[in-house]
Amino acid sequence: MDWINAVIQGVLLGGLYALFAAGLSLIFGVMRLVNIAHGDLIVLSAYLALTVTTALGLHPLLALVIVVPGMALVGYTLQRAILNRTMGDDLLPPLLVTFGLSVIIQNALLAGYSADPQKLQAGEIETASVALGSIALGVMPLIVFATAVVVIAALQWMFYRTALGRAFRATSDNQDIAQLMGLNRAHVFGLAMGLSLAVTALAGVFLGMRTSFDPAAGSARLIFGFEAVIIGGLGNLWGTLAGGVILGVAQTLGAKINPGYQILAGHLVFLAILAIRPRGLFPRIDG
Amino acid sequence: MSTLTVTRRTRLSTVVLILLAPILIALIAAPWWAGRADLRLMGEIALYMSLATLWNLLAGYAGLVSVGQQAYVGLGGYLFFALTMLAGIDPYVALPLAALAGAVIAAPVAVLIFRLRGAYFAIGTWVMAEVFRLSFAQVSALGGGSGTSLSASIVRGMADGRAAREAMAWWLALGVAVLVIGAVVLFLRSRQGVALTAIRDNEVAARSLGIDIWRSKFIVYVVVGGLTTLVGCLIFLQKLRISPDAAFSVNDWTAFVIFIVVIGGIGTIEGPIIGTLVFFALRETMADLGTLYLIALGLVAIVIMLKAPRGLWGFLRDRYNIEIFPLSRRVTGLNKGA
Repeated sequence: MDWINAVIQGVLLGGLYALFAAGLSLIFGVMRLVNIAHGDLIVLSAYLALTVTTALGLHPLLALVIVVPGMALVGYTLQRAILNRTMGDDLLPPLLVTFGLSVIIQNALLAGYSADPQKLQAGEIETASVALGSIALGVMPLIVFATAVVVIAALQWMFYRTALGRAFRATSDNQDIAQLMGLNRAHVFGLAMGLSLAVTALAGVFLGMRTSFDPAAGSARLIFGFEAVIIGGLGNLWGTLAGGVILGVAQTLGAKINPGYQILAGHLVFLAILAIRPRGLFPRIDG
Repeated sequence: MSTLTVTRRTRLSTVVLILLAPILIALIAAPWWAGRADLRLMGEIALYMSLATLWNLLAGYAGLVSVGQQAYVGLGGYLFFALTMLAGIDPYVALPLAALAGAVIAAPVAVLIFRLRGAYFAIGTWVMAEVFRLSFAQVSALGGGSGTSLSASIVRGMADGRAAREAMAWWLALGVAVLVIGAVVLFLRSRQGVALTAIRDNEVAARSLGIDIWRSKFIVYVVVGGLTTLVGCLIFLQKLRISPDAAFSVNDWTAFVIFIVVIGGIGTIEGPIIGTLVFFALRETMADLGTLYLIALGLVAIVIMLKAPRGLWGFLRDRYNIEIFPLSRRVTGLNKGA
């Protein structure tokens, strides 16, 4: 029974990882950009939510109303002001610039909030659970997982059913022709990054409600998100959800064997999948 | 009428090569003219210069942008501690052994992560470093998560007296820096090095000339892995204490190194050397600023990447057409007097 419980908790944890990953997957799909600062932006969202909740006395979930549009704006500005200048055939500039951003965000958070671990206080909902037979399911993990499913379904719908999605797909297929057809590439990229960071904001707030976080917590979140993307296969959003779930289950099962193995087990499953299926389980596009 | 000749040497490179001997002798004699703190700082500079040169070979020449080189620095430190303390091997034998082991471990790692392209390769190297960190944290014989110190008997066995030990640490660091820079220069002048430069400039054209791209990159990754492991041994021989977080720190062993190379000039031999000197000059004057210093460093790297992607040395080289290490070929006799 303990093992079944570990698997179910892992699946729910996978929802959070899918939220970490969805933003990465989105911008890679639209502009082949890999954002090394993604994890630090997740943590930045958590700190933003912390400031909003303490300043206005809001519940963290209500703080989303401010944090999500705030991060979307940050994303659009960041893309237009800095990242668009790095886009091109050479992969080094975007990589090194986002790496520089990662160091800047981390140290700015360290200077502003100190290295003390923080947590978003969510009250009763943190410990609430529903019983399923002899297994207790946390209400918060269920909300996170449901949100991940809704976010991915919404992104999928946006990609294939809306004008914005059409613009994203056109730019992804061929930037120059999209530009000729009247799309402003710089604006489309800005929107993609804005959307990516809106999802990141959700992930950051849920992260902050689930565990304590500190300025250095970003790199692990980047790595989890990246692993979920690769396990699921590049460019496949539902695959990313599956990747997150596989990673989450691997971690909770690893922790069940020995608490010291939790993170390691996730990495090893990722490497095993990389060895057996280099393009991930459900690939859509080539890296 | 003059005949056209192709040469790699320039007047500057000849002058520098002649000056190199006295400079090296002066550096070797450093224990007699430098203070203890200076000697320690110079050792650190030599080791960072080695790390930067190696990372530059990976990213600047082989196109393998790794953000996980801390995997090999930490591996080196832990291997050195394990070989000397657990296996009782002489420290001077442990150094080449660890380097060899680093190269052997780098081979299967390369096979696995070469499946990832571009930026995903970068994060893949990071995952590898995390795997190393979490694995060494499980080894209780080496102190587990809290780490361990190098036992005093081993340190004492390396040289007689404190002054001799400090001199030895400096000579080892200097020796590794000379070895690494020399090896990279010779490598780039070799057939393999030319192949690598061709791949960097145009992968499709290089392949059509019959260059085995995967193999070239594989060799570079494995050699760099081995040499980075050796540098890692010396870093932790200087520190005398190791823990998983210090050994596999992405900030200390990769972020700083990347900033050094970007500021100095990526894809040049001179860039990492100049970048290291600039980095330490900044650090010695601004280190009191703490986190602000790191923020400033990140900003400088971003601005250089956007405004002058070839770094300080690239800027100087483009402007004055100079080169210290004779690598690129030039035609002389074309415009006499120009």
